[in-house]
Amino acid sequence: MPASATFRIRRGDAQGGRFVDYTTEVAEGMVVLDAVHRIQAEKAPDLAVRWNCKAGKCGSCSAEVNGVPKLMCMSRLSDLPLEKPIVLEPMKAFPLLKDLVTDVSWNFAVKKKVKPFKPRPPDAPDGTWRMAQSDVDRVQEFRKCIECFLCQDVCHVLRDHRLYEGFIGPRFLVHVAALEMHPLDVEDRLPSLRDAHGIGYCNITKCCTKVCPEGITITDNAIIPLKER
Amino acid sequence: MADYETHRHDVLVIGAGGAGLRAAIEASASGVSVGLVCKSLLGKAHTVMAEGGIAAALANVDDRDDWRVHFADTMRGGQYVNNWRMAELHAKEAPARVRELEAWGAVFDRTPDGRILQRNFGGHRYPRLAHVGDRTGLEMIRTLQDRGVHQGIDVHMECTVTRLLVDDGRVVGAFGFDRPRGRFKVFEARAVVLATGGIGRAYKITSNSWEYTGDGHALAYAAGADLMDMEFVQFHPTGMIWPPSVQGILVTESVRGEGGILTNKDGRRFMFEDIPEAYKGQTADNEEEGWRYTQGDKAARRPPELLTRDHVSRCIVREIKEGRGSPHGGVYLDISWIKKRLPNAEEHIKRKLPSMYHQFKQLADIDITREPMEVGPTTHYVMGGVRVDAETQMSTVPGLFAAGECAAGINGANRLGGNSLSDLLVFGRRAGEHAARFARESGPGRIDPARVDVAARQAVEPFERGDGHADGPYRVQRDLQEMMQDLVGIVRTESEMRRALEGLQGLWERSRRVPVDGNREYNPGWHTALDLPNLLTASEAVTRSALERKESRGAHFREDFPDKDPASAKFNVVVRKAADGVMRVERVPIPEMPPELRQVIEEMK
Ligand SMILES: Cc1cc2nc3c(=O)[nH]c(=O)nc-3n(C[C@H](O)[C@H](O)[C@H](O)COP(=O)(O)OP(=O)(O)OC[C@H]3O[C@@H](n4cnc5c(N)ncnc54)[C@H](O)[C@@H]3O)c2cc1C
Ligand code: SF4
Ligand code: SF4
Ligand code: FES
Repeated sequence: MPASATFRIRRGDAQGGRFVDYTTEVAEGMVVLDAVHRIQAEKAPDLAVRWNCKAGKCGSCSAEVNGVPKLMCMSRLSDLPLEKPIVLEPMKAFPLLKDLVTDVSWNFAVKKKVKPFKPRPPDAPDGTWRMAQSDVDRVQEFRKCIECFLCQDVCHVLRDHRLYEGFIGPRFLVHVAALEMHPLDVEDRLPSLRDAHGIGYCNITKCCTKVCPEGITITDNAIIPLKER
Repeated sequence: MADYETHRHDVLVIGAGGAGLRAAIEASASGVSVGLVCKSLLGKAHTVMAEGGIAAALANVDDRDDWRVHFADTMRGGQYVNNWRMAELHAKEAPARVRELEAWGAVFDRTPDGRILQRNFGGHRYPRLAHVGDRTGLEMIRTLQDRGVHQGIDVHMECTVTRLLVDDGRVVGAFGFDRPRGRFKVFEARAVVLATGGIGRAYKITSNSWEYTGDGHALAYAAGADLMDMEFVQFHPTGMIWPPSVQGILVTESVRGEGGILTNKDGRRFMFEDIPEAYKGQTADNEEEGWRYTQGDKAARRPPELLTRDHVSRCIVREIKEGRGSPHGGVYLDISWIKKRLPNAEEHIKRKLPSMYHQFKQLADIDITREPMEVGPTTHYVMGGVRVDAETQMSTVPGLFAAGECAAGINGANRLGGNSLSDLLVFGRRAGEHAARFARESGPGRIDPARVDVAARQAVEPFERGDGHADGPYRVQRDLQEMMQDLVGIVRTESEMRRALEGLQGLWERSRRVPVDGNREYNPGWHTALDLPNLLTASEAVTRSALERKESRGAHFREDFPDKDPASAKFNVVVRKAADGVMRVERVPIPEMPPELRQVIEEMK
């Protein structure tokens, strides 16, 4: 690994901005987020970036690394071509706030529109339920979602066609699938799935599945079964 | 006059981790209007990172468990300086809180008969932690978050509170700013719940994120509330140590719960060599028995790797200090060895510890199903916090409540793994309930515009500092972290802590000169500058309290007083801001435990 590397970071806000090159020391084991922090501490104290866990658990540090939507905390420098500047940009599907930070509040508004969990009456007199592990395996896959919104970022329905009104995006199709396939849930979300949630817009390009850092098989396991219902 | 937006809520909850969300849900369900403020996006609070599980005596896996055993375990873990009433309420109410999560949609791992599965954890006599693989916190925060947003709670995300507004001795609201734009917000409220989490960022090696700057501790302290037990900072025995950029990231205790063992460079399982008296009766004295315990043999006693965190951390430090550490200055934690015992070990490890598997694979190029991990202690949790009433969670200042990690009491000198998530639910709910009641019974507060102006001026003052040569905010923060790590860390002594107090003086002065570049839009340099006084307040509280406790107990270990002192078991250390603005330290006696609880402890010995 070279002793230093250059990071070409998109600085600025919605009004305008430009790429700025920062060269910083790098070392074995570092991830992109470490480099960003080092640049922040040494050269650009007001560089805006979101992060929390540094371990791929919170879904805060989403950005585009050399054009690929990724968690910066899980992107090892050793996997990147460091001889060229590494390009860091904010997610494109959401309005820019500043530098690497975008306004993802739309996602939180969408969540509110999905009908919440509604369980069947308890199975046992003490108010509890019985479910086999094999019955919960499938929803547990969907419930791994860390709401990083990288799948939303990469989905052309949102990114290119900007259909925020009519389509909830892969993240929330996964959310609907998690509710619909929850062994205890008795709510019916199928009508709204077609109308309000716009599942028909998805043409199964599978780009979302490819970027999901949690390895959720968004299309095959969540979207296609929902479409077939 | 400062320019600000005003928001009115009956109850304002500051913090959207498990404690804040549970409080907001409870308050809102009782019919009052609720505002919820957090520094990050919703769902990103620390709670999301919790891995191992939620402790509750459901007795689904071992029917010998009940609240009495959980209570006794918690008190033993906390070395009997816990608030016994909180420990009792916690043990009694945790099972109902976990079942309630299931009713709200959480999907826990299952037992063969279809109930919530429970796993072993340090200091818990029976398998007690309800869990979802090693991502329990995610399951919990998402369940609460989804429940909360459908209940009509007003969420103000990415908003930092910098001050509580007090009127006539009562808390009546809060002042803050939104992080994206830097605009001021005033929250008027009849009751305020603090659920801001911990202080781990005061230390260099920590499992905690940038959020853990002790804001709630400092806000409460500035408003006149008592902080208690601040000398008790938990150093989790197993943090990642290599590569350097991942130093401190947590390796869940579930690795040991699933059979993982600690060894030194000579391959010795050093934990067998030092088993404290109080735990001798319930700890295995040979490898075979320890293994059987992790596989669910009810006749077996638990392996010494599952002793309490304070003890395991100190054993690791001893191994390293005496030259038996691993190449990068830690010890080995090995789960791969279980392939000698289990036919499908690799699959088993991946299913039980999926995020640990990925964390090591992706961040350290280590396949934990094949090789051991290198680990060392990391600053993890603060037992100390706002002193609250056990039943209501109200602080010593009327109208101000606190719950979760930022409140003190339940954990005493050392927290057992899994007892935090359950604490958040039990006392989050209680705080919400009582804050709502307080709000209903109290008239609206009066917010003094002059105080808002002062708060606003203080918030933007860093931009006006002329001294471009003074150290920047990140530098001062780092120096504080290094000093606390070195001088008030796992092993403490009077002279070093005195030096820390002097060091803090200097850091206070530097923090007031820290210059800030740029403008108020999403500016981490500014945010870090504003965090410094909170970190310094928390650090000072830790140091002064640690000086006051002249014994070793739980997480607080003093080289100059290496033993437990029975007389010190009778008080908690409290700090508060005196009229002259100076931090005062006081010993407050622990109330006598009622005979029925004493009897429970005797029976469980
Ligand atoms: C890696 C890791 C693993 C863990 N695993 C377990 C486990 O398995 N079991 C267990 O029981 N415990 C575990 N813990 C401990 C447990 O997760 C925490 O103690 C607990 O989640 C704290 O919850 P909380 O609700 O008190 O605070 P948090 O979840 O940390 O939430 C704090 C909230 O306060 C907000 N806030 C802070 N300051 C301000 C301010 N000034 N203005 C506005 N908002 C503010 C933050 O934005 C955040 O929303 C773990 C901790 C870590 C770090
Ligand atoms: S598969 Fe569907 S949801 Fe996923 S990216 Fe393609 S169009 Fe979007
Ligand atoms: S489904 Fe995957 S990519 Fe989409 S938000 Fe969830 S974790 Fe991120
Ligand atoms: S910082 Fe949490 S996912 Fe990257």
